[in-house]
Amino acid sequence: MSISTFVIVSVIKIVIALAVLLTSVAYSVWLERKVLGHIQNRWGPSYVGPFGLLQPLADGLKFIFKEDLTPPHVHKALYIAAPMLSVICAVSSIAVIPIGNWVDVAGLHIPLEITDVNIGLLVILGITSMGVYGVALAGWSSNNKYSLLGGLRASAQMVSYEISLGLSLIGVLIVSGSFSLRQIVDAQGGRFWGFVPRWNVFHGQEVAFFIYLMSAYAETNRVPFDLPEAETELVAGYHTEYSAMKFAMFFMAEYANMITVGCLATLLFLGGWHGPIVGPPLARVILPVFWFGLKVFGFMILYIWVRGTLPRFRYDQLMAFGWKFLFPLAVANLVVTALVVAVRA
Amino acid sequence: MLHLALFSIFGAICVAGAVNVLIQRHPINSALSLIAVLASLAVEYLLLGAEFLAAVQVIVYAGAIMVLFVFTIMLLNAGEEERTRGSRVAIVFGIPGMLVGGILVAWALLRYSGTGPVSVGVLPGPPNTIAQLLFHDFLLPFEVTSLLILIAIMGAVVLARGEETPRPATKEQG
Repeated sequence: MSISTFVIVSVIKIVIALAVLLTSVAYSVWLERKVLGHIQNRWGPSYVGPFGLLQPLADGLKFIFKEDLTPPHVHKALYIAAPMLSVICAVSSIAVIPIGNWVDVAGLHIPLEITDVNIGLLVILGITSMGVYGVALAGWSSNNKYSLLGGLRASAQMVSYEISLGLSLIGVLIVSGSFSLRQIVDAQGGRFWGFVPRWNVFHGQEVAFFIYLMSAYAETNRVPFDLPEAETELVAGYHTEYSAMKFAMFFMAEYANMITVGCLATLLFLGGWHGPIVGPPLARVILPVFWFGLKVFGFMILYIWVRGTLPRFRYDQLMAFGWKFLFPLAVANLVVTALVVAVRA
Repeated sequence: MLHLALFSIFGAICVAGAVNVLIQRHPINSALSLIAVLASLAVEYLLLGAEFLAAVQVIVYAGAIMVLFVFTIMLLNAGEEERTRGSRVAIVFGIPGMLVGGILVAWALLRYSGTGPVSVGVLPGPPNTIAQLLFHDFLLPFEVTSLLILIAIMGAVVLARGEETPRPATKEQG
C-alpha cells in the first residue's frame, strides 16, 4: 500500500468511524429515554417522527440554538476547555477499536479499525485516564460549590475504580498474551468441547468480567455510581453552570464513554466479532460486524436497565465497595489466573 | 526527518511547559503545565521507540498522579500565590550556577559513562522486552524499589492517621 492510498483509506475510515460513533451516541440517548420510559410505564419520546426517532435531531438543534451562557464568576479558559477535553478523550479512543475482520475492497486488504497498535489496550486506558480532567476541571472552573463537590467526587471515584478496572484487565492479558486488541480477539476464536464459545468470559475470567462491569459503571459515572451529578444533593454536579452545546458535550462524552466501555467489554470478554458465520461471501464480511454491534448493543441495554432499576450508593458505601471489595477481589483473581497459567505452561 | 522534527517540537513543548510551571502564579495552572510536560515526555518516549513506556507514562503520571495533585489543589481551594521580590542571591548565583552544573553533568555523562546520544526509534519498546528486563535481568533492584515504595506508603498512612485522640464525650442529641 503506497502512502497516498494509506492516507485516503485512513481518512475514509476515520470519517466513517466518527459518523457511526456520533450517531450511536445520539441514538443511545433516544434508546435510554425510550427504554427507561417503558420501564417506568410511560411512553418516552414519541412526538417527533415515528416512535420519536427524530428526537435526537431535535435535541441537537435545540442545543445549538440555545443561548450559550457563561457565568461571570468562572475561570474562563478552563471553563471553555473542560467540555472539549471530555469529548476529545471520549471520542478518540475509538481509533484503536477493531469492529471486525479484514475486508478486501478494490484489491486492498483493509482491517476494520482505524489503526492497529501493539499496545491498543494501553492506549485506551491512557486516553480514558485523561478524561478525568474534563470533569474535574469543569467542577473547579465553574467556581460553584455544587460543581466543585461534583468534580471532586468524580475524580476520586474515577481514580479509585480505575485500579480495579485495570487489574481486572490484566487477567485477560495473561490469558491472551498480548496488548493488541486484534490479537486478544483472535485468541478467543473456536469453541470448548464443540459448543461453548472460547470467549474469555468462559475461560476462567468470569470474576474479572464482573469486576470490569462494576468498575465500568463507576468509570462512566452511571447509576448506581452517579454521585458526581447526584441531582438530589448537588443540583447537577460538575455541569451545573453549563448551558447549550457545552452542556451537551458532557452528555456526548458520557454516552461515547459508555460505548467505548461496551466495545472494550465485547473485545476483551465476549469474543469480539466471533459468532456463527454462514452464508455467501458478503454475509461473511457483514456478520462479524453485526455480532460485534449486537454485543455492544446488549451492553448498552444492560446499562439502561440498571439505571431504570437501581437506586444510588451513598458516598462512603461507594468508596468502601471500591477499595474493600472490588480491589481485593481483583488482586485475588489476578493471582489465581497467574497461578493457573503458570501451572499449565 | 519527520521523527526528528516531531522530537524537536515536543522537546520544545516540554521545556516551555516546565518553565511555565514555575512562572504561573495559580497552582492549578502550574499543575496543568506539568501535565503537558509529562504528556510531551510520553511522546518523546514514543518517538524513541519505547511505546510501552510512553503508554505507562501517560496512564501513571499524567492520568493518576497528576489527578491527585489537581484533586489536592481543588480540595484546598488554593489561591494565587503571593509574589515576593525574591532573593537577590538566587538570581545572581543560583541561575548561572544551575546552568553550569547542568552542563557539567551532561558533559561528564556523555564523555565518561560510555553512553552516546540515543538515536530515534531504537530503545527497547515491546512489553515483553521490558518484562524480561524488569523481572529477569534487574529483578533484585525492582524488588528493592517495591519495598521502598511500600515503606513510603506505610509512612504516608502513619502520617495521615495522626495521633489517636480519645473521642470527646458528646452529649446525647435530643
